[in-house]
Amino acid sequence: MAEAMLGPEPSRRNFLNWFLSTTAGAFLLSVIYPVSRYLVPPKVEESTSRTVTLSVKPAEVKPNSGQIFRFGSQPAILVRTPAGELRAFSAVCTHLACIVQYRQDLSHVWCACHNGHFDLNGQNIAGPPPRPLERFAVNVRGDQVVVSKGA
Amino acid sequence: MFMNEGQHWAKLWHWLDERLGLTDIVKLVRKKEVPVHRHTIWYYLGGMTLFLFMIQVTSGILLLLYYRPSAEEAFESIQFLMTSVEFGWLIRSIHSWAANLMVFTLFVHFFSVLLLKAYRAPREVSWLSGMGLLALTLTFGFTGYLLPWNELAYFATRVGTEIPGSVPLVGPFLRRLLRGGDDVTGATLTRFYGIHVAILPALTTLFLGLHLFLVQKHGMSVPPDVERSGGAKNMMPFFPNFLLRDIVGWLTALAILAALAGYFPAELGKKADPFQPAPAGIKPEWYFMFMFQTLKLLPSYILGIEGEVIGIVGFGVAGLFFFLVPFLDREEGQRWSDVLTWIGLAAIAYMIVLTAIGYLVSPTK
Repeated sequence: MAEAMLGPEPSRRNFLNWFLSTTAGAFLLSVIYPVSRYLVPPKVEESTSRTVTLSVKPAEVKPNSGQIFRFGSQPAILVRTPAGELRAFSAVCTHLACIVQYRQDLSHVWCACHNGHFDLNGQNIAGPPPRPLERFAVNVRGDQVVVSKGA
Repeated sequence: MFMNEGQHWAKLWHWLDERLGLTDIVKLVRKKEVPVHRHTIWYYLGGMTLFLFMIQVTSGILLLLYYRPSAEEAFESIQFLMTSVEFGWLIRSIHSWAANLMVFTLFVHFFSVLLLKAYRAPREVSWLSGMGLLALTLTFGFTGYLLPWNELAYFATRVGTEIPGSVPLVGPFLRRLLRGGDDVTGATLTRFYGIHVAILPALTTLFLGLHLFLVQKHGMSVPPDVERSGGAKNMMPFFPNFLLRDIVGWLTALAILAALAGYFPAELGKKADPFQPAPAGIKPEWYFMFMFQTLKLLPSYILGIEGEVIGIVGFGVAGLFFFLVPFLDREEGQRWSDVLTWIGLAAIAYMIVLTAIGYLVSPTK
């Protein structure tokens, strides 16, 4: 008899506990969701240009040298091989994204950050880089160097 | 009624005591004792780290008055600070050197607590909060390094944010979150600035509060070998005996700091240029050198997995291992406890050797 009288009491407590905790949970979610979305930076339109005309003239690039140029929002490297051929690669090292440079003493591409070496075809030949550098096509049109992505 | 000066002070003390409960605090301070034994010297390292942290807070606030957190102005504002602002070079050099000293004393504190096994029950939470403070300090160092927006800072951040980027699955998302975009840009600088001057200080205050509270609650841990030989023979009152010795340590740290800042002012280098190759000889802060050197030495592939992924996951597992040490080193089993000591010593040896290699090997080889 006494138990039957006490019966409704805990269930009311249970209901209130459930009600309060779901309210608190919903409140927390409504705070956490916008804040976590806020922390993620919005997507910025990536440059879709697949071709770039460099400001440098072909004659100004000496054999056995390299220089960085801007390909859209990314750095790329223009190399003239000791044999005189112009080549272009992404300048972002495939290891941990440092910017590579041309080493005249080695006649190939090198990354200073973790000592990664790439040959004149962009192949990773020594050090930690796991993949070759992306290669771009180079065309000389009269007095202009035009670099383009993909073939 | 005529009162002499002593009575004035007594009256003020009484007034404050009634409102703030000063007598209770005095009782608490008088009661606190520090065990004296052959390892007592290691008890000073935590306090020294705290002292250097206070210097960081003060000098950091002063730097805020001139610093401008944008890619266009950051470098120039520090150039102005270093050349035109009176004692600007001193404040920045103190901030830079105290950061290094603080990381050093923190590492010594960490390893001394590890080897003296001060993490044992009931001090597990003290250990966990300490590990949290270690992680926060290294994040302070990493985010602060970018703020001058110079060449070194730029590439250190490119590499540093690329590292979580190579974690399987969540990597690319983490990298974007850290950089505030796909590349390291002015957006990254602003983000790091916010983390460095607001988020980390707030979190550090919480962790430090908990850490210090627990040190008061549990008192100093007595190392197992001292315990086995019958415990500490003597106790030293914290106030004033231990505190005065503490202050000697702080003054020593301050003297070293002043000498370093005065004779070797912080450098600024060249402004960051996202379209210039990484300079030869580029390296991170010394306390990241052992990780940097490991990543440099790992081959591109190990058992078909990219070397850097192995390295990064390895450091993650090692960090987790040290984080969980109190739960791995239970009372029973002296032998297992000795194994943990040897692992700690091996970690110290590894860090020292790899750091030395990092500084001695020619960067172009």
